[in-house]
Amino acid sequence: MRRIISILLENEPGALSRVVGLFSQRGYNIDTLTVAPTEDQTLSRLTLTTHGDDHIIEQITKQLNKLIDVVKVIDLSEGPHIERELMLIKVRAGGAQRAEVKRCVDIFRGQIVDVNPVGYTVQVAGSSDKLDAFVAALPEGDIVEVVRSGVSGLSRGEKSLRL
Amino acid sequence: MELLSGGDILLRALHDAGVKHIWGYPGGAALHIYDAIFRQDKVNHILVRHEQSAVHAADAYARVTGEVGAVLVTSGPGATNAITGIATAYMDSIPLVVISGQVAQDKIGDDAFQETDMIGISRPIVKHSYLVKRQEDIAETIAKAFYIASSGRPGPVVVDIPKDVTDPNHKVPYKYPEKVKIRSYQPTTKGHSGQIKRAVKQLLAARRPMIYAGGGVIMANASEQLRELARMLNYPVTNTLMGLGSYPGTDRQFLGMLGMHGTFESNTAMHHADVILAVGARFDDRVTNTTSLFCPNATIIHIDIDPTSISKTIQADIPIVGSCDVVLQDMIDQIRDAAKKPDAEAIAAWWEQIDEWRSRHGLYTAPRHGASGGDIIKPQDVIKLLHKVTEGKAYVSSDVGQHQMFAAQYYLFDKPRQWVNSGGLGTMGFGLPAAMGIKMAVPDADVACVTGEGSIQMCIQELSSLTQHQLPVKIINLNNQALGMVKQWQDMQYGSRYSHILYEDSLPDFVKLAEAYGHVGIKVTRFEELEAALRESFALKDRTVFLDIYVDSSEHVYPMHVAPNGSMRDLWLSKTERT
Repeated sequence: MRRIISILLENEPGALSRVVGLFSQRGYNIDTLTVAPTEDQTLSRLTLTTHGDDHIIEQITKQLNKLIDVVKVIDLSEGPHIERELMLIKVRAGGAQRAEVKRCVDIFRGQIVDVNPVGYTVQVAGSSDKLDAFVAALPEGDIVEVVRSGVSGLSRGEKSLRL
Repeated sequence: MELLSGGDILLRALHDAGVKHIWGYPGGAALHIYDAIFRQDKVNHILVRHEQSAVHAADAYARVTGEVGAVLVTSGPGATNAITGIATAYMDSIPLVVISGQVAQDKIGDDAFQETDMIGISRPIVKHSYLVKRQEDIAETIAKAFYIASSGRPGPVVVDIPKDVTDPNHKVPYKYPEKVKIRSYQPTTKGHSGQIKRAVKQLLAARRPMIYAGGGVIMANASEQLRELARMLNYPVTNTLMGLGSYPGTDRQFLGMLGMHGTFESNTAMHHADVILAVGARFDDRVTNTTSLFCPNATIIHIDIDPTSISKTIQADIPIVGSCDVVLQDMIDQIRDAAKKPDAEAIAAWWEQIDEWRSRHGLYTAPRHGASGGDIIKPQDVIKLLHKVTEGKAYVSSDVGQHQMFAAQYYLFDKPRQWVNSGGLGTMGFGLPAAMGIKMAVPDADVACVTGEGSIQMCIQELSSLTQHQLPVKIINLNNQALGMVKQWQDMQYGSRYSHILYEDSLPDFVKLAEAYGHVGIKVTRFEELEAALRESFALKDRTVFLDIYVDSSEHVYPMHVAPNGSMRDLWLSKTERT
């Protein structure tokens, strides 16, 4: 089952490699990974998605907590949460296709952030499923390039991950 | 405030961290540090012959004293040579601080001479690591390293120090922190009271209980609590390889080691147990045999300081995260006050069953090997005689293989920290440097290194260190002229096709070799001479003696778990009998 693990990490050199290393060392999977400093410059917030049964996810969270640089770990998918992923996608769109692609972008509430005579660069944000759906909705063979940020997320309500 | 160079700060900080001895080997990137060592007399440096040995020696010192072992190596090959030692300590949760020199910061990343990414290479086998970037950070980093190494579940910490950070011309004020606080690291020692209550209730209701105690009991200095708990309940106790000595080996309630080469009685009792109290043990694959067949009727109470050890391989019914000493003490207090007592009748019946197993196939009541005599020396008998001659009081290190299992099975350790071996990683070459570390820890005690002609050759250069530092130990070489444990597996699973386990007459004359290093060498080929040779060796208090004992090369270690697809009770009892 897909899980979203969110980690508060000391903003120290090598801290990220300890997290990533743990996954490869113990045979766990990382599907997406995103990391950046928080409002507190001494802390980074790392969000990763992984999959596995309950036993594996329990071991992953325990092993992450064991890392000295890890301050806190939460499995966002355990409760109600908001998740977002950002995608930039370069699409061929010339002639008759141009309007069709534009319509598709509007349906998915995306934004065209760059234009050239033969295509668009589109920004779409949302759940990973929505991004997948947008990619699937575009005419086959017209996608030039895709870059996705990986999932970020927060718990709903008052629950928070902080010091 | 006094101004000191980085090298001087490091030495001062090590002293303030409580370091008396540091094992090491100099080299380019560590030269400023070695110069600082030369200019002080508080921290004693022991020069070894290979960095791996430095780590093993410090590791053994830590195992025997309970203190943090300290190691100093240079960059590049010095650092990589230390890796096997660090991995050994990591697998057995031994507190170590390993300081490695690094090339100067302006050269890092340039593939400089003797540069290697020590932080990267050691990452999966350390509890934590630090790269020190400024002189001002050395003292605090050392304080943190010692705190992390020794608290919670102990383990090795690497501190990598670039050469410019120890520059003698750059001096800064020295201040060792009085207290260390790391916001992201707060290990739990006290167990959850509700869980302990549940555990005690379950324990008191047991009809076929087993106490399964591991190395965590030794690390936490919880042997006394373990003994008290076991005795007040009259419950049987088994130890893991790492836990030997945490419960007296000669006690009636002790069933011997469990696991792959554990006793028939402990493995069988585990299989039939209804409640298992696991203390500081981690259900290692060499203990459980096939996990899906493990102890089918048992409710499992698991005490461990490391949450990741709990329900990793075997699901715990009552997990308790905490330090073994604190949790066991809480349990003892609750059991003492409890209105309910164990069912005496059920426990008596359980003991009757265990005693029947013991008399049927017990390791100590029904020998698993033939008799020694003439030129046949059974390796098991060597260990039994070693126990007799040393009155069970020696500190014993071992290497890895058949000799290790024989030592674990037959030297009945009565005290914790008496038995020093590489359990988790299974590092051949560990024994001799370990003996060196033990002798530094307990200079007045007898130290025996039980080894084989295979393992001893992996770190044999330390015979020279023993001479230099006048550390007299007794090397008990169970020489079966083959890599015995591999041979046993090739006998059992590969139709006795002996692939690369023989030396084709290339073995050195160990007596001459020992003499070349200034030690005493004694070769024993006849059983009748063995006891006298052992006595003579231990009588030579101030000499290292290499006892080269030619043992029966056909001997296998039994019992042995039937694998794959066997349970705890599925055992080979000899080459032809199995349960």
